[in-house]
Amino acid sequence: MSALSPRTVSPWRLLAHEMRLSWRDFQTMLTAGERRRFPVALAILVLIVAALHLPALAIVRSYANVGVDPDGKTLFSISLIEVLYLSLLLSQAMETVTRTLYSRGDLDLVLSSPVAPARLFTVRIATNALLTAMLAVLLIAPFVDALAITGGFQWLAAYGVAASAGVIAGAVAVAITVGLFRLLGPKRTRIVAQVVAAVIGAAFALGLQVSAILYYGNISRGVFTASPAVLAHLPGPGSPLWWPARAVMGDLPSLAVVVGFALAALALTAAAFAPRLGEHSLAATAIAGSAAQGRARAHRFVVGTASAALRLKEWRLLRRDPWLVSQTLTQLLYLIPPALLLMKNFGSSTGTFVVVVMVLVSVGGQLGGALAWLAISGEDAPDLVAAAPVSPGAVTRAKVEAVMGAIALMLAPLVLAFALLTPLHALAATIGIACAAASTIRIQLWFRAQAKRSHFRRRHTSSRIATFGEALVSFSWAAAAGLAATGTWLAAISVGVALLILAGVRSLAPRAAA
Amino acid sequence: MNDLKEFPGDRSGRATPALEVRGLAKTFDRPAVDRLDLSIRAGEFYALLGPNGAGKTTTLRMVAGLLKPDAGTIRVYGIDALADPIAAKRLMAWVSDEPMIYDKLTPLEYLEFVAGLWGVDPATAARTSADLLEWLGLTPHANERCEGFSRGMRQKVALAGALVHDPKLIILDEPLTGLDAGAARQVKDVLHARVAAGGTVIMTTHILEVAERMAQRIGVLANGRLIAEGTLAELRQRSGRGGSLEDVFLTLVAHDAAA
Repeated sequence: MSALSPRTVSPWRLLAHEMRLSWRDFQTMLTAGERRRFPVALAILVLIVAALHLPALAIVRSYANVGVDPDGKTLFSISLIEVLYLSLLLSQAMETVTRTLYSRGDLDLVLSSPVAPARLFTVRIATNALLTAMLAVLLIAPFVDALAITGGFQWLAAYGVAASAGVIAGAVAVAITVGLFRLLGPKRTRIVAQVVAAVIGAAFALGLQVSAILYYGNISRGVFTASPAVLAHLPGPGSPLWWPARAVMGDLPSLAVVVGFALAALALTAAAFAPRLGEHSLAATAIAGSAAQGRARAHRFVVGTASAALRLKEWRLLRRDPWLVSQTLTQLLYLIPPALLLMKNFGSSTGTFVVVVMVLVSVGGQLGGALAWLAISGEDAPDLVAAAPVSPGAVTRAKVEAVMGAIALMLAPLVLAFALLTPLHALAATIGIACAAASTIRIQLWFRAQAKRSHFRRRHTSSRIATFGEALVSFSWAAAAGLAATGTWLAAISVGVALLILAGVRSLAPRAAA
Repeated sequence: MNDLKEFPGDRSGRATPALEVRGLAKTFDRPAVDRLDLSIRAGEFYALLGPNGAGKTTTLRMVAGLLKPDAGTIRVYGIDALADPIAAKRLMAWVSDEPMIYDKLTPLEYLEFVAGLWGVDPATAARTSADLLEWLGLTPHANERCEGFSRGMRQKVALAGALVHDPKLIILDEPLTGLDAGAARQVKDVLHARVAAGGTVIMTTHILEVAERMAQRIGVLANGRLIAEGTLAELRQRSGRGGSLEDVFLTLVAHDAAA
């Protein structure tokens, strides 16, 4: 080797660098950028995880005493939970991989260094898998600990399965994203990958619910249990299909197979895709610096007033926001089970209609918060709007109108269909949606903090009070609308709770005058 | 002056001062602008110079209505900008060093939005937008989203936005930062043409050669105060030395620091 040849940087050093960056991202996410708060935020997180052990104990008690020689029904239930968990992790891992591909970050620096891109992206693939594995372990911790406390320490093996699921999800996410990239190219992959991630995250759970509704007629029963017909077609207890389920219950040979499979999947993915990921990253970041050829078409100017201009601008930006598209799609996907319930039980169950009312109102509230953040806080040209001859009140009014209009557009078809079946319930849903959306928009106005629209995924870190407030007030309005739909005066109590929550959130807001 | 194409819009209002600032003050952790008096004539190209932290951007942000002053008055073409900010803003445009555009809008959609904010009727806005995009060499990109644009293209889109409502006073904060020679030349041409058409331009810049060649009068700010003002010849006389604006500027700032 020549004396001038650079020494190759060790993969461990690259891994340590990646992990340090991820740790700081985690700190930022937890503290909204104020690192002094980190010890307190970490203590609160630990307390929350500790508190979650109580409900977890209640939930898993019946499973804990199954032992290591379970019947087919238990193996089936645990396997279903594993697949559901894997789909959630896969959704998260795909989001991480997409971000790695499309955010320029330090790519220019590291790719201009004498480090082989394949080595760099092998480390990045491993980091993503490791982070997903850590998330998998953290999320499952209360349940595994509860199982270990009530059923014995063999249940701690579930941590190994959870970590393996995280690693597998990380590997599969890379394979899917690279596949999409090759199929669709850098421009379309970003949005498609986000939508696919959202659908994967929701699809399996929804699939189970839909099956349960079609089979049993409701969501509550049968989601994690097999019908006798299904059980009759399942393989015997010795089948390799049940190894992951057995591993959860402490069967060490099965656990070894699961861990080995996960590591092999990761190694194969890294070997197959790391070199391509380097090329794709360059292509993905390059699209940010190149102007696409425009379509030659006439643009007709239609707006002549400030409020119309603001509304049109917000609608255009909302329509073109990839995060919003995937988030909205997820919200709408969750409307499928109640819609199915509605179809299945039409004319036979008032309770079913009430469920639909509550889901619609809850979705309206959540959409209101997300859209209001994008329109009100996520303004990319705040100086331009502030320098315009329009009063701040008029700007806010126009943006709120844009958000309410967008919510109306998204939910109107569902409410109209509902109205054809049961007008009174549809009326309760409409009023509930309006109240929930207005409340979450109001909370966003109180807590607004200027940010780039591209920071949408971090919106929850800017104020946890606002985040919890939005969720609580949405559920309160949903409960109020649901109770009103049943005709009980108890709805008034729920309305009071919603108003109390709003008053409480306002008292904690940094700008009560907004 | 360069051989300029005819610029869209021609208006003048030279009788009243375009901008009159009296006793303007703003304090953050220290005084950023300190009882500043400034008067800029209509139809004038005025360059505001100063070292980093001198208070240039703070001053212009207060004039544009983006920051509330602690004290003082601001009059834009005779309108009290603090008492009636909407009326004052109608006459102004603000261009910052960071282009204020939306990645997901096309230049035409952006101009439609800005024209709407200023209440320009759609037909006029469409005509002016087409002229501006042609003038700035952006017509081939008129229907592309801005997310793929270079910094120079983004700054030109922002400049087109500032001009689409035909403002009488344009305030620019370091508009040439990061532009290549071609884009910088186009921006300078547009500003020249604007002044020739009767508009008023106030610009901060660190590129002293630009101020020397373009500005009719130059103000020098230091520590939030106007330490010198006048034509280049007047500033030379005041500093007691000849040479380029850079020499004069450094001498004036050094004198102020020593005082």
